[in-house]
Amino acid sequence: MSPLNLPASTPLRPLRTAIVVGASSGIGEALVRRLAREGYLVAAVARRRELLDELCAQVNAVCGETRARPYAHDVTDYASAPLLLKQIVQEFGALDLFVYNSGIQIPVAVDEFDFAKDLAMYETNLLGALAWLNPVAAMFQALQAGQIVGISSVAGDRGRVGAPAYNTSKAAFSAYLEALRNRLTRRGVTVTTIKPGFVDTAILRSAGAKKTFWVIDPDQAAAGIWQAIKTRRQTAYVPGQWALLMLIIRHIPSFIFRRLSF
Amino acid sequence: MKTDPLPYERLTYLENFGHSLRRAAYLYRPTSAGQISEVFKIARHNDFKVTLRGAGRSYNDAALNGGGLVIDLQDMNHILDWNPETGIIKAEPGVNLQTLWQRVLPDGWWPPVVSGTMFTTLGGCLGMNIHGKNNFRMGPIGEHVLEFTALLPTGAEVTCSPTHNGDLFYSMISGMGMLGVFISITLQMKKMHSGLLEVTAFPVRTLHEHLAAIEEQAPQNDYTVGWLDAMAGGGGLGRGQIHAAKYLREGEDPEPQKTMQVAYQTLPEKMFGFFPKSSIHYFMTPFQIAPLWGLVNTAKYVASLRSGLYRQSHAAFHFLLDYVPNWELAYGRGGLIQYQSFLPRETAEAAWAELLALSLRRGLPSYLGVTKRHRPDKFLLSHAVDGFSLAMDFRVTAGSREKLRAMLQEFDQIVTAAGGRFYFAKNSETMPEVALKFLGQPVVERFKALKRRTDPNNLLESDLYRRVFGSL
Repeated sequence: MSPLNLPASTPLRPLRTAIVVGASSGIGEALVRRLAREGYLVAAVARRRELLDELCAQVNAVCGETRARPYAHDVTDYASAPLLLKQIVQEFGALDLFVYNSGIQIPVAVDEFDFAKDLAMYETNLLGALAWLNPVAAMFQALQAGQIVGISSVAGDRGRVGAPAYNTSKAAFSAYLEALRNRLTRRGVTVTTIKPGFVDTAILRSAGAKKTFWVIDPDQAAAGIWQAIKTRRQTAYVPGQWALLMLIIRHIPSFIFRRLSF
Repeated sequence: MKTDPLPYERLTYLENFGHSLRRAAYLYRPTSAGQISEVFKIARHNDFKVTLRGAGRSYNDAALNGGGLVIDLQDMNHILDWNPETGIIKAEPGVNLQTLWQRVLPDGWWPPVVSGTMFTTLGGCLGMNIHGKNNFRMGPIGEHVLEFTALLPTGAEVTCSPTHNGDLFYSMISGMGMLGVFISITLQMKKMHSGLLEVTAFPVRTLHEHLAAIEEQAPQNDYTVGWLDAMAGGGGLGRGQIHAAKYLREGEDPEPQKTMQVAYQTLPEKMFGFFPKSSIHYFMTPFQIAPLWGLVNTAKYVASLRSGLYRQSHAAFHFLLDYVPNWELAYGRGGLIQYQSFLPRETAEAAWAELLALSLRRGLPSYLGVTKRHRPDKFLLSHAVDGFSLAMDFRVTAGSREKLRAMLQEFDQIVTAAGGRFYFAKNSETMPEVALKFLGQPVVERFKALKRRTDPNNLLESDLYRRVFGSL
């Protein structure tokens, strides 16, 4: 037993390990629960310490042993990401799966242009992701193994009137993940881009979106993401029907799209 | 900017022998004691643990250190001194048994104790205190160590022999690399008069006959080993084949100079004169499902019914598996594990009858069983008993892991209840309470006290150490 009281990894009980960044609520929280149930030891990383502590306590009580450990961290503290990664790998003894889920959407009015809001979204949705994924990619590249999962969004597929900066942050994140995939596939690393549709989380509520449909709860989203992880998908829309809808939306010509109100 | 002392380029997945477990570690390959000290310094400054690794031939997590530093000693592989008159050899810890025997045999000597593979390093052999098919006669390798020098995590270098620093001598040998690093090792070789052994092979039909035959053969031979068909149940439970071998006496080999040459010892590169040996494991893979392997075992048993007396080279007798390179890959993606139990002669038969029957009942038969005769030794974490050992290989598959684990826990109960012991280079699932039971509290306390002395900051820790001793 390690000083952290983590279960030993043996041939007959090999422990798979994961980091979920953005784990205190919503999809991240549901994913921590799901991964722990699937046998992973999960590092739950997020800003809000109390929420993490509560989540991990619940998960560990259900599993009957330590399966989730809380790590308080602000993704905009870019310099500390590589250090925390090293610390977790040292404590867990390996890393099989890395999930970047942190994301915020600050509502902006259709005629509002606010750099402070845009910067905040960029910092959490994109720059925090780069701060984590660069060292994760360097590590997986050295190990010639591993899986990176980025929780992007259908919102990154087009730029819309309602959320210019949010759209851009997700579009950039998706493009970064694609580039990472092209770099790392040849090194034995899988990079999975997840594009959820509407999920009933704080983001959806804060975004004040009115015209929502196909809304799923975070557990359903986590189930879809787990499926994509298990089958080592490249890109997965969650739930799947968004793939078809976004195919259509991606092909709406600009002269029409300019006139749409969503 | 300060350079990162632990760059990801050093991070590597290391595996156990059997490919059933892998753990990431920052890997270092020092070539001198000075460089080992440097690695210790890096580990101390960054608050990392260090594990020593030789050839990585332990079946469990002995040479793994998830998330920490691993010092691979295979580049410290120089023979420092060899005296063909006295048979005394001094070598660095990364020298493996292949290098060792190939150096000494042409001069008429042979290592007194060798493992079933010649790719193990001397450092690993001492750390685990390996035994051979002659354990009942020659004891473990530690009994043939005249002296060693070790670097302790404290930075001190100590020289130990049975009479000088005896407490460290008898604990660092068998100490799983947890007390310090062997820097140089001085061993006594055994005089030979031939490169050949006289081997007797004959079948045994039951477990009782099996153990009785080993017990009877051992005193009359230099080596005794049994193959046990662990897939045979009912009346054939414990059936198998015994191989006993004797050194040739002076004059019995008309051409000792020839048979003691390295070239004479080596087996042909091709099987049936056609298939390169490196491809054999591919042909074995399809047989690695229980019903087919049962046929293989039966065929092997039937073939063994013809008793034989023949001469065989030392290398062929000891290292047969090395001549099927990567044979362990035949076990498929999940790899394999080995469960070896050491039982007193009085309780062995009943306990193993129980183990064998249980594995057949559970549908989790061992594909390969190997039996040996042992005697106790004075080393602190000894696995030996006055009795026998049975090593059972199990194939690991995603679907069988949990069932196998539960069964091995039952095995542990049966073995410890029968006064048995385990070997830290083999079993991968031993729980702390089981180790405590067979080692006894005083031994654990003594080991921990010695560790506090040689490694006060617990710099040396392996996954094995944390799993078994972490909570003791």
